[in-house]
Amino acid sequence: MKKALHIFVFLLLLFCTAAGWAKTITVCSSCSVKTIQEGIAQASEGDTVLVKQGIYKEINITINKSIVLLGENLPTIDGEDRGEIIKIVADNVTVDGFKIINVGTSYTEDYAAVRVIKRDGFLIQNLELEKLFFGIYLEKSNNGKVLNNKIKGDAVNEYNSGNGIQLWYCKGVEVRGNTVENVRDGIYLEFSDNILISHNHSKNNLRYGLHFMFSNHDIYEYNTFENNGAGVAVMFSKFVDMNHNIFKENWGTTAFGLLLKEINDAKITNNVFQENTVGINVEGSNRIDYSHNDFISNGWAIKVRGACYANSYVQNNFMYNSFDISYNSGINDNVFNSNYWSNYAGYDLDKNGVGDVPYRPVKLFSYIVNRTPEAIIMLRSLFIDIIDFSEKVSPVFTPDNLVDEHPKMRKINHDRS
Amino acid sequence: MFKILKYSFYDLVRSRWSYVYFLFYLLLGAVLLFLNNDLSKAVITLMNVIIILVPLIGTIFGVMYYYNSREFTELLLAQPVKRSSIFLGQYFGVATSLSMSLVIGLGIPFIFYGIFNSNAIWDFSLLLVTGAFLTFIFTALAFVIALSNENRIKGFGYAILLWLFMAVIYDGIFLMSLLYFEEYPLDKFSLLATMLNPIDLSRVMILLKLDISALLGYTGAVFQKFFGTNFGLILSSGILILWVLVPTFFIWRIAKRKDF
Repeated sequence: MKKALHIFVFLLLLFCTAAGWAKTITVCSSCSVKTIQEGIAQASEGDTVLVKQGIYKEINITINKSIVLLGENLPTIDGEDRGEIIKIVADNVTVDGFKIINVGTSYTEDYAAVRVIKRDGFLIQNLELEKLFFGIYLEKSNNGKVLNNKIKGDAVNEYNSGNGIQLWYCKGVEVRGNTVENVRDGIYLEFSDNILISHNHSKNNLRYGLHFMFSNHDIYEYNTFENNGAGVAVMFSKFVDMNHNIFKENWGTTAFGLLLKEINDAKITNNVFQENTVGINVEGSNRIDYSHNDFISNGWAIKVRGACYANSYVQNNFMYNSFDISYNSGINDNVFNSNYWSNYAGYDLDKNGVGDVPYRPVKLFSYIVNRTPEAIIMLRSLFIDIIDFSEKVSPVFTPDNLVDEHPKMRKINHDRS
Repeated sequence: MFKILKYSFYDLVRSRWSYVYFLFYLLLGAVLLFLNNDLSKAVITLMNVIIILVPLIGTIFGVMYYYNSREFTELLLAQPVKRSSIFLGQYFGVATSLSMSLVIGLGIPFIFYGIFNSNAIWDFSLLLVTGAFLTFIFTALAFVIALSNENRIKGFGYAILLWLFMAVIYDGIFLMSLLYFEEYPLDKFSLLATMLNPIDLSRVMILLKLDISALLGYTGAVFQKFFGTNFGLILSSGILILWVLVPTFFIWRIAKRKDF
């Protein structure tokens, strides 16, 4: 009797807690609640809407209270190309574990698979987005997280495709562990500050793997950007920290590993640039610290085009690039020091690991190619070797203070722990 | 012709110079591979050697062989043998033995290194094929020069000048004209200018297989579109063959009319 009472009290307590704190509303095709929209309508603040496996053909699912929208065994939400799918207009919303397909394409509105509008503390994770226009679109929303999503588009033309993850006027957002492929821009940021972008993999995108403008104090680390139409483009931003990223195989007539335009006071460290047409293309960028990067087998490792002052290139490896540095101005205000250059032909008599003869990374030929691009066809001709040599002995066309005074004799082993 | 080819060939194969040439390539290949350990980088270095050294050796050796075997040639001319077959036989004998030294000398170290299991095999075979082509072209040109100059010193002088022109001066003029006319669209001109010089043509053909990422810059795309396609490859090979055939025709013509 006493035991039964105990159980009764326990169950009562349990029931009260569930009712008073948070209840779970289950949505499935055979449940009483059949659509996600209906499930959200029945939920109140703090509840969980659990969606079972199945296909839900819904658009404009508006989440207007702080709930957890949880998918079980990856239920599919099919937008049937009709428009936007999930819209978050409440604080502290979690969306977890859905497969969202067929977002509508429009030429007047940016339909997204998941959109957050002016809200805080969202968590969007474990989504799989396919056949989309825009993927995850954060609009004036702060302090949220976008984690471990897989976005796979089918973009063909730039004008009618959208971006994978887009941040517009956001602050303090973390974007981590996402895979974005075949969209226009993999990750796009505009006017977004204090953002952490890490461990993402952005590949085969039509335009840029990562694209940001007017976004300051952001950190980009441990990302891989691979085979994108034009690599990664970053413009008009300050105090950016890019480290441990891999930029590779961005080939093509206008492709860059990394394009820097009007970037000031940034740090670019411990990155790998491999097999890009141009490793880094720099325009009008000042006070940037490039250190411990590897530039391997690029056409041009670094292309500097005008108005770049007080940058420092220290302790990088430049290996097997067709051109190490290309420079189109006669003045140099940048520091090149203690790098390893695979083209270095000097000697080290005192055996301290530092070459005794300075290295000139800019060749006359790269100056010529800058002026007359067709001259690239003379690459590796004996005549070019001869004029390069004479320019090396007495520089006339290239800035004579652009030298690495202490070139390393051996490849630098970066400590990347 | 084949009999004379055979005699010249055997004569050359037994000569010291062929061995030196063969050993040079053997050593070069071995040193490059086993000190470098990077196959594609070794292929790039080899390309530099091949496009400079092979034409030089072809030219010098061709001229030298012709002048040295003059007495034997005069003896042959007294026999009832066709003139064209004497000279063409000698020419093919020299060119074949030189290309053999090149192909075998470079081939052996690469085979030991395991080229067959590497994806650089196509780059490497392209390298050898262009090397052989260059040998044939420059030996033929050397024979033309030697046949039209009785004076040995003059002959050598012209031969060296020819090599210098093709390997260095041509590129200088080419580059100057590119810079001088930089306001004009130059892609067609540079394609044509490249096609006209066998050394440049071989260099570009190999380069497009190797330094591809640099050449793919905005202008590189034009070249890539041309040389990268089958049409471009066939046209380039056609021009290389033409470069062999035209001097050979001149050997035949000069030999027919020449008064000994």
